[in-house]
Amino acid sequence: MMIFDYETLRIIWWGFLGALIIGFAITGGFDLGVGVLLPFLGKTDEERRVILNSVGPTWEGNQVWFVMSGGALFAAWPTVYAVSFSSLYFALLLTLFAMFLRPLGFDYRSKLPKPLWRENWDRALFVGSFVPALVFGIAFGNLLKGIPFHFETDMRIVYFGSLRELLNPFSLLVGLISLSMFTMHGAVYLQIKTIGDINKRAVRSVMIFTILTLVLFALAGGWITTLDGYHITSEIFPNAASNPIAKFVKKEPGLWLDNYGHLPGLWAVPASAFMGGILTIVLSMFNRPGSAFIFSCITIASIILTAACSMFPFIIPSSISLNSSLTVWDSSSSLRTLNLLFWITVIFLPLIMIYTSWVYRVFRGKVTIEHIRKNNHTLY
Amino acid sequence: MISDAVVELSRWQFAVTSLYHFLFVPLTIGLSVLLAIMESTYVLTGREIYKDMTLFWGKLFGINFALGVTTGLTMEFQFGMNWSYFSHYVGDVFGAPLAIEGLMAFFMESTFVGLFFFGWDKLTKGQHLTITWLVALGSNLSALWILVANGWMQNPVGAEFNYETMRMEVTSFGALIFNPAAQVKFVHTVAAGYTTASAFVLGISAYYMLKGRDSAFSQRSYTIAAGFGLASVLAVIVLGDESGYTDGEVQKAKLAAIEAEWHTEEPPAAFTVIGIPDQEAMVTHHAIKIPWVLGLIGTRSIDTPIIGLTEILDNNRVHIRNGIKAYGLLQQLREGDRDEVLIAEFESVKKDLGYGLLLKQYTEKVVDATDEQIELAVKNSIPQVAPLFWTFRVMVACGFIMLIVFVIAVVASSIRKCRKDWILKLSLYTIPLPWIACETGWFVAEFGRQPWTIAEVLPTFLSASSLTEWDIILSLSGYIFLYTIFLLIEMYLMMKYIKQGPSSLHRRRYHFEIDERG
Repeated sequence: MMIFDYETLRIIWWGFLGALIIGFAITGGFDLGVGVLLPFLGKTDEERRVILNSVGPTWEGNQVWFVMSGGALFAAWPTVYAVSFSSLYFALLLTLFAMFLRPLGFDYRSKLPKPLWRENWDRALFVGSFVPALVFGIAFGNLLKGIPFHFETDMRIVYFGSLRELLNPFSLLVGLISLSMFTMHGAVYLQIKTIGDINKRAVRSVMIFTILTLVLFALAGGWITTLDGYHITSEIFPNAASNPIAKFVKKEPGLWLDNYGHLPGLWAVPASAFMGGILTIVLSMFNRPGSAFIFSCITIASIILTAACSMFPFIIPSSISLNSSLTVWDSSSSLRTLNLLFWITVIFLPLIMIYTSWVYRVFRGKVTIEHIRKNNHTLY
Repeated sequence: MISDAVVELSRWQFAVTSLYHFLFVPLTIGLSVLLAIMESTYVLTGREIYKDMTLFWGKLFGINFALGVTTGLTMEFQFGMNWSYFSHYVGDVFGAPLAIEGLMAFFMESTFVGLFFFGWDKLTKGQHLTITWLVALGSNLSALWILVANGWMQNPVGAEFNYETMRMEVTSFGALIFNPAAQVKFVHTVAAGYTTASAFVLGISAYYMLKGRDSAFSQRSYTIAAGFGLASVLAVIVLGDESGYTDGEVQKAKLAAIEAEWHTEEPPAAFTVIGIPDQEAMVTHHAIKIPWVLGLIGTRSIDTPIIGLTEILDNNRVHIRNGIKAYGLLQQLREGDRDEVLIAEFESVKKDLGYGLLLKQYTEKVVDATDEQIELAVKNSIPQVAPLFWTFRVMVACGFIMLIVFVIAVVASSIRKCRKDWILKLSLYTIPLPWIACETGWFVAEFGRQPWTIAEVLPTFLSASSLTEWDIILSLSGYIFLYTIFLLIEMYLMMKYIKQGPSSLHRRRYHFEIDERG
């Protein structure tokens, strides 16, 4: 059944992709943050087990948001998937190699009692959380700057960049934003799930990392006014077949603020990142971690949406072959595929949310050292 | 120009990462179902021993599952990373089942697996059992969608080339999902997973029985594994892969290569049990043949011929010449010419476009290909025979040995007198066989499709990303290094827990925890 035209479906799928990435950032995000905080907030083996088991039953499902974002990109935006993954080759490789350590760290760490074994897995879990949290931002930073690729004969993708270019100052700044926002989020989550010393340390981390996130976000906001943005100069055909080399694009400093000029209401998005951040700190200080968590979710979602609103309709601008840039209008799957996947998503995404919330409900409540001692042989 | 080395290295990397992943997947698929069966027995009978069985085998499941998840991450991302042209060219079709897999299966499996491990005290018996079944359902559904995607690579139905977007696009999802190649592959693979898990549980239980440990626990595990394993291995063999052979030209080439059927024989064709295939001379030396058998298996008739490789090569020559024409017309279309006659002409030959693309390996200018280049493309349009011939026979041999072992195990588990040490030892030493069969089976399916990634649509040579050799040497060594360390750690932990047996549950009623009276 087809109730939307191609243009609408493309916008919907741009939204779904955003929803999946935000879904990952707010679920997988606190897992990563918890992993980053693990060596600092957990001083003893038992404290670390409390921290690990606060996400123990749910990290696995959360990580699927990450895998799912990749899958949705492949299916709905195949050319975007092909260009971004082959161009950001080493960034992704680094993320994958680091993420490998997480399932093993969680599952294997407490299966043997030897301290050396456990300490090494704790290190692995830290690396496995720190690196992806940083690299996600670096990848986004590179999208904002544009990726040096172009299409050869037969639409072969050729990439002209290098690892050094990937690690440019602006992208590193965005990397630090994502690292610090995930850490903030993880700290809020730990405040919910723990008591005593770990809880106190978590409150302090919420404060530090929320402020850091907002400061870095403001810095990036200032930087973007002078950063090259992109704009389509030829006529747009939102219902045409996906052919990313049939348009003209210009590049100029400050163009990423264009959309905000046309639709001033969009300023609410970055504003809500700041509001959310401030409320996160306040609520965390007044020991209302549950509400603080909602606002740290809002902060994260707003930060990601700010980038998305700046770039629309661009998904991956090309910095060396401007007209090859990938946009919402010329890099999606066919109408038929978008439509089928739309229905699948409309059915399954709410279902996923329902059973995921149920799982969280089952595991609600604090994780304590007593709980770890009692279930010594079954817990992480 | 694409470099041969980059393509070769990319292929090696894909093979290495998939074969590693496929060490863990079959056990996950099968063990999840066995756990659900054990827990169902617990809920129905109320006997604690079945709960202990679920917990213990569940621990081993968890150790294996972690590496399945780890190596699975790579799979979802490396199409884009290393096969970017493939991703662009077929993402519209191939991506869809992968995305559906995520939404329908992977989310469910991963969300509930946490409840399986940590939810025992938080859920009622019935709730927990439901969760276990949902984990099993998730991992099996996951296999379904992955194999729909893979089935399409073998037999690409329900899709068409679009010259405007320069890629394949879906024309019928029904055809994609009910692709016979996919359906057969699904049953074959899932049943192989059940067999793997059964052999695993059977062998380890036999080890405890040989040691005289925890007899009630190990005998029950042995019995369940024997019964389930026999049914599964029968399903693997009977349902087999055979009906897949009849679809598409490439599957025919695969069949002919597996059987080293160099020339079309008078039907019904003989089956070559063993021999030494020689691709240059196109003969099999020292062949031992059984008359009629191949014809019966391959066509289920006595008068339909099985097409030999020589005839397939002749057909491919025609396809390639046609493909050159298609590629030439496509160039005009891509330059913006939208003449109706041109479009009609292209539509009439575009099904052979893929064959035209085969020439890209030998020349940039497909339309000006020389006769030598065309002959080279023809010669390499079928897979190498010898590796397929051998791996297929290894897989089948493993399957039949397992069939025998499971028959004996069923007898031994139902008649106490037959429970001899040699049977238990046999059960123990059978453990590696399902893995050998699974890995060789993967090889036969994927290597047999060469030189294509998508049969008759997209050559492997073109599919790879435009990376440099060093990019892939670095990533490939990284994968091999990390995966090997992970595998060693996994095996170490697995052995440790297997040796501890159910005493690792700390229920204070198993060997090492009590004085056993035998």
